[in-house]
Amino acid sequence: MTLSFNAETFRDDYTFANSPEAIRAFPFPFERDDYTYTVNIEQHVPGPVQSATEFPIHIDEHYVAEMHDRAITLSQDPLRCQSLPHMMTAEWDLLELLMTSMATHYPETFTLTRDGDGWHWMNRPLGLDQHFTFGDASTLPHGPMEYVTRQCQGDFCLLDQRDDNLWMDAGMVTTQADWSLDFDLGMNFMEWHAPVPLAHDLGIFDRALKFLLNLQQGRPVRRLNWTMTVNPRLDTSPENYHRWGIDKASVTPANVGDKVHLRVELQALWRLPRSNAIVFSIRCYLIKMDELVTQKKWARRFHRVLASLPQPIADYKGLARFRDTTVAWLSRHDDGLPTSPGFAPD
Amino acid sequence: MSGGVQFPVRVIETEALSPTVKRLRLARRDGQALPPYSAGAHTVLTLDGGTRLIRNAYSLLGSTLSGGAAYEVAVLRSPQSRGGSAFIHDHLTVGTDLSLSAPINLFPLNRTARRHILVAGGIGITPIAAMASELAALGLPFELHYAMRDIASGAFAAELAAQHGDRLHLYVSERQERLSVRDILARQPLGTHLYVCGPERMIEGVMAHARIAGWPESALHAERFLAPEGGEPFALRLARSGISTVVAEHETLLEAIEAAGVDAPYLCRGGACGQCETRVLVADGDLLHADHYLTDSQKSCGQTIMTCVSRLRGRELVLDL
Repeated sequence: MTLSFNAETFRDDYTFANSPEAIRAFPFPFERDDYTYTVNIEQHVPGPVQSATEFPIHIDEHYVAEMHDRAITLSQDPLRCQSLPHMMTAEWDLLELLMTSMATHYPETFTLTRDGDGWHWMNRPLGLDQHFTFGDASTLPHGPMEYVTRQCQGDFCLLDQRDDNLWMDAGMVTTQADWSLDFDLGMNFMEWHAPVPLAHDLGIFDRALKFLLNLQQGRPVRRLNWTMTVNPRLDTSPENYHRWGIDKASVTPANVGDKVHLRVELQALWRLPRSNAIVFSIRCYLIKMDELVTQKKWARRFHRVLASLPQPIADYKGLARFRDTTVAWLSRHDDGLPTSPGFAPD
Repeated sequence: MSGGVQFPVRVIETEALSPTVKRLRLARRDGQALPPYSAGAHTVLTLDGGTRLIRNAYSLLGSTLSGGAAYEVAVLRSPQSRGGSAFIHDHLTVGTDLSLSAPINLFPLNRTARRHILVAGGIGITPIAAMASELAALGLPFELHYAMRDIASGAFAAELAAQHGDRLHLYVSERQERLSVRDILARQPLGTHLYVCGPERMIEGVMAHARIAGWPESALHAERFLAPEGGEPFALRLARSGISTVVAEHETLLEAIEAAGVDAPYLCRGGACGQCETRVLVADGDLLHADHYLTDSQKSCGQTIMTCVSRLRGRELVLDL
């Protein structure tokens, strides 16, 4: 299948939109009609054809526009991409994981040819053709992590494993839901999760860490996380809060359908082979309410979930200010009928 | 599947490195490449031992760190063996089929260290030598200290000397050479990490010296692999599966569970990783906890047991499986 790519923006005039195919492929994160807090980790195995989980790394119609938006963010703030000196082996592991996956599953878009340590990478939509020596960073225009993640949708964090903990020691983070790599760099798993409400008392992070420390090569896992964003903005960072925070006050009953977006993160974790590090990928998907309600089941269910969300969670996710307006708007699309089991649209 | 990704492999080379150590070279039967791994990683070999399935964990050697065509392990014929290592020595030949798990690293290098001190005794050299290879390839500072009974049992000494030159220090007890941990530790800069693999007594000794010298726990690393030991037989009931069986004298709890056809979780089979932690419903007798995973208070509570190395001294154990 040949991919075609949208001409669209994630800032200023916000022309981002999903095609009907992209709407049906959207990773809708709610399995039930009410909100429950779960870690919901599952094996990252192939999902249905043309879904977000069909392949380990998902490239879609937003690829070119997202990579362009990332380049803008990086040019304004280079600290969105950082790596501590001991993470170089993990950077190469990440480059191998992403390039092999992209070339295997999207062969018409990307090509990787390996001859020992002599690698040749072709990225057709971005017009790149690069020969380099695997393991020799001087043969690439950027460090290996930066080079490959400027060409792959999603944020990526490299977690070093030591002292029975995971340490966020490298990353490329430009599409984040209000957290900062520059702030979290060098923190351990408990430290960077410290602001999350409720979950610590439930012991969720102790169990999740224990699970991840034994994460195995060849057995990646995934989970879905979600929040909401006003306007289809990828860079909702603390660094730029002054640019987008005020948008939360702009939601009115008349513009909910166009302005309010459900923001879903497909998060995956892989054990990396040479470094024994873990890569934590956070792929952001956006869908505006007008697009969401084209799927009746999702409209009914999201209305019910949003209405039942506990206030501390709404505050943490930063959506308290426009939740009621959105619930009222969604209520017009909820006829009270039961919803079918599972995530998929009817 | 509980042990994770498995690769069907075949023995393509064997070599007696010493009278008691045998090196195996294993390649995938489908001709595909094996993944690279980090130094300190091990694999679990699964092989048909005739009357039973043998599953033993072995450190992966430094010679195959980048994966590809094959993996290598070195197997010591263990006098305390419950039969696994003896079977490998006596029956495994070129052409034997077996399977191995994806690499698992419970003894990794700390990549933030400024300097690495590697200490090995006997067959404990296998993960330590892999660490030396990786550090040499990365150009990081290290010292390698290798103690052995006699030159003949120092399976890797010549190879290591060629590879690492004066960074290698050999101690042959037959020649009255003693590893003086105190002297080695005394001259290290801050930020140095220490790694030990060898007999349990040696590990305890080295760690004790380091603690007396004031080294922080976070800088001390030991391969806490245990060869599970046998014990008195006892009855076992798996409550959820409705299965009753017996754990024999030379069998581990995990092996008895597997022999009964239940796919129980495991990874390291050496009491280190915690993957096989299982809830105890009833223990008619004393739980003999042999793992390095549960805390002392958890062991006293007796609510869970690590099936790979621990067992019961008593009549019957009932597990939530």
